Amino acid sequence: MSMKSANFPSNTKGFPIVRAEWLAPRVRSIIVQAPRVAAHHKPGHFVIVRAHTDGERIPLTVADADAGQGTIRLVIQAVGASTELLSRLETGGTIPDVAGPLGRPTEMERFGHVVLVGGGVGTAVIYPQAKALKQLGNRVTAIIGGRSKEYVILEEDLRRLCDAVYPCTDDGSYGYHGFVTGKLAEIIGQSEQSVGAVITAGPVPMMKAVAQATKEKNIHTVASLNPVMVDGTGMCGGCRVSVGGKQLFACVDGPEFDAHQVDFDELIDRLGAYRAQEKAAWNKLHAETDYQCRLEQSLTAK
Amino acid sequence: MKAAERMQIPRQRMPEQKAEDRARNFSEVNLGLAEEAARTEAQRCLTCKKAKCIAGCPVGVDIPNFLEALARGDMQTAADVLFSANVLPAITGRVCPQETQCEAQCIRINRGEPVAIGYLERFVAEWAADNYQRTAALPPPTGKKVAVVGAGPAGLTCAGELAKMGHAATVFEALHTPGGVLVYGIPEFRLPKEIVQSEVSKLEELGVKFECNVVVGQTMTVAELMQQEGFDAVFLATGAGLPIFLSIPGEGLKGVYSANEFLTRANLMGAYKGAESATPLLPSTHAVIAGGGNTAMDAVRTARRMGAESATLIYRRSREEMPARAEEVKHAEEEGIEFIFLANPVEIIGDSERWVRAVRCQRMQLGEPDASGRRRPVPIDGDFFELPCQVFIEAIGTRANPLLTQATPDLRLNKWGYIETDENGMTSIPGVFAGGDIVRGAATVILAMGDGKKAAEAINRYLSS
Repeated sequence: MSMKSANFPSNTKGFPIVRAEWLAPRVRSIIVQAPRVAAHHKPGHFVIVRAHTDGERIPLTVADADAGQGTIRLVIQAVGASTELLSRLETGGTIPDVAGPLGRPTEMERFGHVVLVGGGVGTAVIYPQAKALKQLGNRVTAIIGGRSKEYVILEEDLRRLCDAVYPCTDDGSYGYHGFVTGKLAEIIGQSEQSVGAVITAGPVPMMKAVAQATKEKNIHTVASLNPVMVDGTGMCGGCRVSVGGKQLFACVDGPEFDAHQVDFDELIDRLGAYRAQEKAAWNKLHAETDYQCRLEQSLTAK
Repeated sequence: MKAAERMQIPRQRMPEQKAEDRARNFSEVNLGLAEEAARTEAQRCLTCKKAKCIAGCPVGVDIPNFLEALARGDMQTAADVLFSANVLPAITGRVCPQETQCEAQCIRINRGEPVAIGYLERFVAEWAADNYQRTAALPPPTGKKVAVVGAGPAGLTCAGELAKMGHAATVFEALHTPGGVLVYGIPEFRLPKEIVQSEVSKLEELGVKFECNVVVGQTMTVAELMQQEGFDAVFLATGAGLPIFLSIPGEGLKGVYSANEFLTRANLMGAYKGAESATPLLPSTHAVIAGGGNTAMDAVRTARRMGAESATLIYRRSREEMPARAEEVKHAEEEGIEFIFLANPVEIIGDSERWVRAVRCQRMQLGEPDASGRRRPVPIDGDFFELPCQVFIEAIGTRANPLLTQATPDLRLNKWGYIETDENGMTSIPGVFAGGDIVRGAATVILAMGDGKKAAEAINRYLSS
């Protein structure tokens, strides 16, 4: 497809991709050279990236950072045209734009026992938190969910850090059979050490359910929100979310908020604002890709 | 030519794209003067000995001199004079409110219309884009490094002026491309992106370096710029801040935008180009924009061009109090924009699927003057009406962006969160200067450029002391 730039001559040489690999179907891990971002990264931070020079600005939570190597890790789920183009990038390639770290870091302290609840690629968000919480001397339990076994990511990485890791699958193909909230309720009910805090990241309905599960027990709960965003620096206000009846900007006030105060229904609704346009972009991308494939096949056939 | 003859020449008209055509495209509205018209217009200048127009220009362009050279057809000299005071004339020639600045000071206003200084600035800048060779040699490098934070009008101007003084300027930009409000805010039909691109390229030719994707305060701190990256001085020009919302019910509905978001999607992210853009913008049959400034005008005219059958601007005061430029208002009216004065949105109404369906407004009347000297709008009890719309855009102003300032604890701020500076534009941190909207609050491109230029002079003095 055409990558012709209608933008200005490149002021940046791009950010080299050190390693790109698939973690799960349609879930890509990209380790990219971004030394300044890596040096300033704290858990909870995100970056804005563009897959190509005419691309959409995509906010992505930094899944890990290595200040020594000058690299950060991004985990991308290809859910639309822009994320698909990003996930097609390969080791040795470049990401033209990586800006950050943005947002406020996760507020962390010694909570005692912390349960991290990650769903799908949300597991990538809780990984750096697990690391930092452990360093603060917390007992860290991770509950990580996926539709089925192949969608459970970063389990081994988390096992190296956490006191306990519970994979959950919707279809029961691996680990706990059921939603992460089921496992969470079990842990809250049974744990010999009471749960001091819950941090959750993943699909919004899941975070909403987590918040409901902890609210009755009055457990401090933080959700990492992923609203539609453009600049990521506070300038546009597109990422506004209702928290405790107030409008806050996820990019500068968040992206993490008190989950018991968040209006999740509004967030779910607003995330669907561009569904029609996203679908059209997706269809267009795949029509182009299919055409290219057929073209290549017909050429190799000859 | 005698003054009396000059007085006989009428002001030349700016050729424009026809209103019915341009209301549906993003090509430039003003087409620029032809050479003959430009030289004729330049002859209208009476070359006053005490030229008040120069004082009316925030960057102090020697207007009579450049007009005199232009009238003679000496384009090289005209460009030399212009560029010596203004590094971005193709931009200011398009977006400056000349009618309140240089042209407002023109002596000819006493007997008719002022010289069309803005049109002529644009004309010379356009000639220069293809033909200009800088004659003034750059001074030898001073060995001093200056970091400019923000590639908007203040930052670009400051960097250009510093380069002309022999300092090594690096501009750090948070977004993926330089230009700031010139590329995210001001629409293509008022300021084509390629004009900004060419002005940025000219700065690169002067030796200015650009680094995009650097959010100073997050990616690097000001202290790191000075201590680790070895910059001898810093100019902070991070620009306009967070959009203010009306805080009325319904702002969480789909179809509600701040003007900043709407314009950024349309301009910087390219939604104005239609289907080829990766960044979407919601379509509308009826769009309503709240506000009365230039940003509101840009948003309403953009909504119309994006395909809205009706695009309505609603302003809580009357036409006389509207801060937007007269030219923008005139252009908007010609393009079929509807204006509703003395009304204020009180609620955005959604349909069952939470899409915007209408905005409910209250009629206002003008009361006593407020702190700004303008008569305060007062709601009329019980007088409400509904405007059907699918997109509702709020263009009611901005507040200070905290990203850089909260990461720079030694920086003294005023009570609104804007950076405090002394008469030289220096902040509470030695060697750190600031200008543009992060100091003034929302203002104009040219005032930001004036700050950039003043700061460059102050930085030069600071670095030589």
